[in-house]
Amino acid sequence: MTQTSLGESVVQKVVQAQNNGVAANVTHTQPLWLLAEITYRCPLHCAFCYNPTDYDKHTHNELSTEQWIQVLRDARKLGAIQLGISGGEPLLRDDIEDIVIEAKKLGYYSNLITSGVGLTEKRIQAFKDGGLDHIQLSMHDITEEINNFITNTKTFELKKKVAAMIKNHGYPMVLNVVIHRYNIGHIKEILEMAEALGADYVELANTQYYGWSLVNRNQLMPLKEQIDEAEKITNEFRKKAGNKMKIFFVVPDYFGNRPKKCMNGWGEVFMIVTANGDVLPCHSARVLPNMVFPNVRDSGLEYSWKDSPAFNKYRGDSWMKGPCVTCPEKANDLAGCRCQAFLLTGDAESADPVCSLSPNHHLIEKAIEDSKNPVLASQPIIFRTDKNSKKYASGESTERVEEFHALP
Amino acid sequence: MENKIQHSDVYAIALHHRFQWEEAQQSYVILFPEGMVKLHGGAGEVIKRLDAKATVAEVVADLKATFPDAEGIEADIIGMFELALEKAWIRKI
Repeated sequence: MTQTSLGESVVQKVVQAQNNGVAANVTHTQPLWLLAEITYRCPLHCAFCYNPTDYDKHTHNELSTEQWIQVLRDARKLGAIQLGISGGEPLLRDDIEDIVIEAKKLGYYSNLITSGVGLTEKRIQAFKDGGLDHIQLSMHDITEEINNFITNTKTFELKKKVAAMIKNHGYPMVLNVVIHRYNIGHIKEILEMAEALGADYVELANTQYYGWSLVNRNQLMPLKEQIDEAEKITNEFRKKAGNKMKIFFVVPDYFGNRPKKCMNGWGEVFMIVTANGDVLPCHSARVLPNMVFPNVRDSGLEYSWKDSPAFNKYRGDSWMKGPCVTCPEKANDLAGCRCQAFLLTGDAESADPVCSLSPNHHLIEKAIEDSKNPVLASQPIIFRTDKNSKKYASGESTERVEEFHALP
Repeated sequence: MENKIQHSDVYAIALHHRFQWEEAQQSYVILFPEGMVKLHGGAGEVIKRLDAKATVAEVVADLKATFPDAEGIEADIIGMFELALEKAWIRKI
């Protein structure tokens, strides 16, 4: 041990991309976070869901328990530590208990990301015994009315019961609240509710516009002034609540002037395996054109991460074009989100239009203006339902997707 | 200073946090909801010794005995305790 090996200088945040090259076998990146989108089936119908609008076609060919266990083993060998078990609603599968046990055996820090629907005393006890580390529960509002409206279900009372169950079993209480026009005026009350429920972590996630939320963008987007106010209230609450409850406020990128460093960089730290076995560097990558994503049924995770053309395509910055390629800030955000660039501009290699330096930034300005247009905003929400998804998947409906690229 | 570390204090890893060796990273890590930190060698050696029984003085003595060639490490060790407490990675027993 040396002196410089102790203290602040030696503590390194892992999520720090340094990769500036191409292939992971050259740059030695590791998929530290594995997200298992284990099923796209869901009892809720949230208007802001980021899942693909054509998810229905992936609900009939889910990976088996054995295939998931192999995924867990292979990802662990590549260096994955954090495991998110997500969906859809993962509890619709009856093998989450087996997956949790395997995750514990392999040394993952595992997280069940759930709406709470389907969580029973028996199941939570099995998760505890199996070694699940924490449960992230989605909450929607302090009012039954908004909760039931935005999820298109009657789940308000259930969520409160599940929150108590999580606490009673000694789990850290991690609440995720997606923020949109309908609940942004209730931030203070939402935080008070979280405190009353004994939350340890609260994530206030402003809606990002992918999948269903993109279709419903005009209906969901709040005003800039509302976001500023919500952030102010959050900061005041943080001061008051101190260290006891950690609050994350995820800033919506449409209202910033620089894009987010999406997924902390393409193929840098995140690996997603979807219900049907596709291996993706981000949740919505399948919207991108001319890409073939590997599938665990055909190829191993090591190939997917290190050598597949899809994972190497946007690693580093050699793929960029102007204005990003010569931008002094390019390392900060790696040109933002490829999916957002493609969905809004039709060119996956262009700058994320959220950036004020993008030649397409007017598309974001127009989206903000459109969301204030009472005629557009009064169109009904298209909820995330199997019926609506089937219509998009079959091409029967193109309602409100014509203006976006690649959305079915 | 509220985070002042006393030699008689006893610490453990914080609730809902997990400390483990990661073969693929060749380092110790602390895992917690929504995040993780990778610790370089020395920092990991300190956290490894927090078992809810050993006092800060005992941890310092043990590290000095284990790494006899490292000079003046006590200040660094206390610095690591302070940092870990501030970040809420550890809790006082």
